[in-house]
Amino acid sequence: MIQVIDVHKKFGHQEVLRGTHLTIEDGCITTIIGGSGSGKTVLLKTMIALLLPDSGRILVDGTDITRLGQRPLNEMRRKFGFLFQGAALLDSMTIFDNVAFPLRERTRLGEDAIDRKVRERLDQVGLKDMGYKYPAEVSGGMKKRAGFARALVTDPEIVLFDEPTTGLDPRLGQSIHQLIAAMQDQLGFTGVIVSHDIPEVFTISHRVAMLADGVIVESGPAAEFLQSHNPVVRRFLHGDAEEAVQ
Amino acid sequence: MTTLLATIGARTLAYLAGMGRGVIFLGSALLWALRPPAKVRLIIQQIRAIGVDSLLVVLLSGLFTGMVLGLQGYYSLRKFNAESFLGAVVALSLLRELGPVLSAFMVTGRTGSAMAAELASMRVTEQIDAMHSMAIDPVKYLVSPRVVAGLIAMPLLTCMFNVIGIFGAYMVGVGLLDLGSGSYMAGMEQSVQLRDVGEGLLKSATFGVIISWVCCYKGFHALPMATGVGRATTEAVVLSFVLILLSDYFLTSVLL
Repeated sequence: MIQVIDVHKKFGHQEVLRGTHLTIEDGCITTIIGGSGSGKTVLLKTMIALLLPDSGRILVDGTDITRLGQRPLNEMRRKFGFLFQGAALLDSMTIFDNVAFPLRERTRLGEDAIDRKVRERLDQVGLKDMGYKYPAEVSGGMKKRAGFARALVTDPEIVLFDEPTTGLDPRLGQSIHQLIAAMQDQLGFTGVIVSHDIPEVFTISHRVAMLADGVIVESGPAAEFLQSHNPVVRRFLHGDAEEAVQ
Repeated sequence: MTTLLATIGARTLAYLAGMGRGVIFLGSALLWALRPPAKVRLIIQQIRAIGVDSLLVVLLSGLFTGMVLGLQGYYSLRKFNAESFLGAVVALSLLRELGPVLSAFMVTGRTGSAMAAELASMRVTEQIDAMHSMAIDPVKYLVSPRVVAGLIAMPLLTCMFNVIGIFGAYMVGVGLLDLGSGSYMAGMEQSVQLRDVGEGLLKSATFGVIISWVCCYKGFHALPMATGVGRATTEAVVLSFVLILLSDYFLTSVLL
């Protein structure tokens, strides 16, 4: 379980998070929605201490990761997988080597075992025969899939997704959503998705939270969230629908 | 007045904090270099990037530096009827000073800038954040091999710069002007000691570490935006040049 407690984060004079509270339940997918620049990605990155909050606590299974030293923080990060917005594949390596990278650097597995594991993950994300290609040689959707395979290859307990469908056409976006849902169902990880992709992302989310003006204004099960009477939520969902039509 | 003092104070503190971060960054890279297992494959890759890729530009600049030294040295020495010292003057200038400094400048321009741009681009595209998220220290993987490679490759390049520079001055002095080959070589042999070579190589090893350190630091801490890459690269090259000259003065004053 991840608990975000009264987190504040400023960049210069701009206060992005202003006392954010959020609880991420184990074994389900929680989606964080909110307007552009509302601090969703900042919030996601504080959950793995890629950004440290100015104040407040982030408890991961009861441990405050904002106060951990480098070594225990790295131990804690082993619980996580992270799919970055642009996939963040290392461009000097092939897709296979990218997926194998955390196994080679962090584990004592032999090359045969690594080879089996990487092939299994690449197969699961639909990149069975693409391992030899470099990131620059594949499409945006394939990069996301490869990034997803890398995030899953160490069997993490928690996987964080930063805008997993941004830059993809609706069909590819849907396929990424389906892939996330299928893998979560199969592996049982806790998923946290930051997304603009409304309402499509609700179909795979167990819970939804909305961030506005640096605070979580509404959170709850996806079905209930859609029925929310909160005016901020209604305005945001309604506005997005209108934009989509336009 | 108070505002002015506060601004100066804040900038000084920020500058000192930046220096502290830079030193910690280097210390961390050196510590990772000492910890087994050694990243031999990555170090060799970086030696190739620093050494092999900079070789042509280092050889060319070494050749023409030597030729200019030969030409200028010959006419200057002739005023004192001391042309026979040309070999000694050229060799000592190159081995002790020009070789290490100029080859370091060439490597900064050729490889250091590329190093800063590559790391800055990795910062912008979140590749460095990705390593953190995978619990892999990017300093260990990206910086430490480059610092070790700089330490190894820079003295080797300097040796080549020196050899080709001495050859360039020989071509001008003996081939184009009327200096005797024996006179050039004998002057060099009598004046140059092993210590001169050693001091030059010590300087170049220091410069190698400075180039890798500064260029990696600037690239690593680039602002995560498109302009961040260009800015980091420029700052890395300028700061490397300044630190090379600064450390050259202090090393020379200590070694003399």
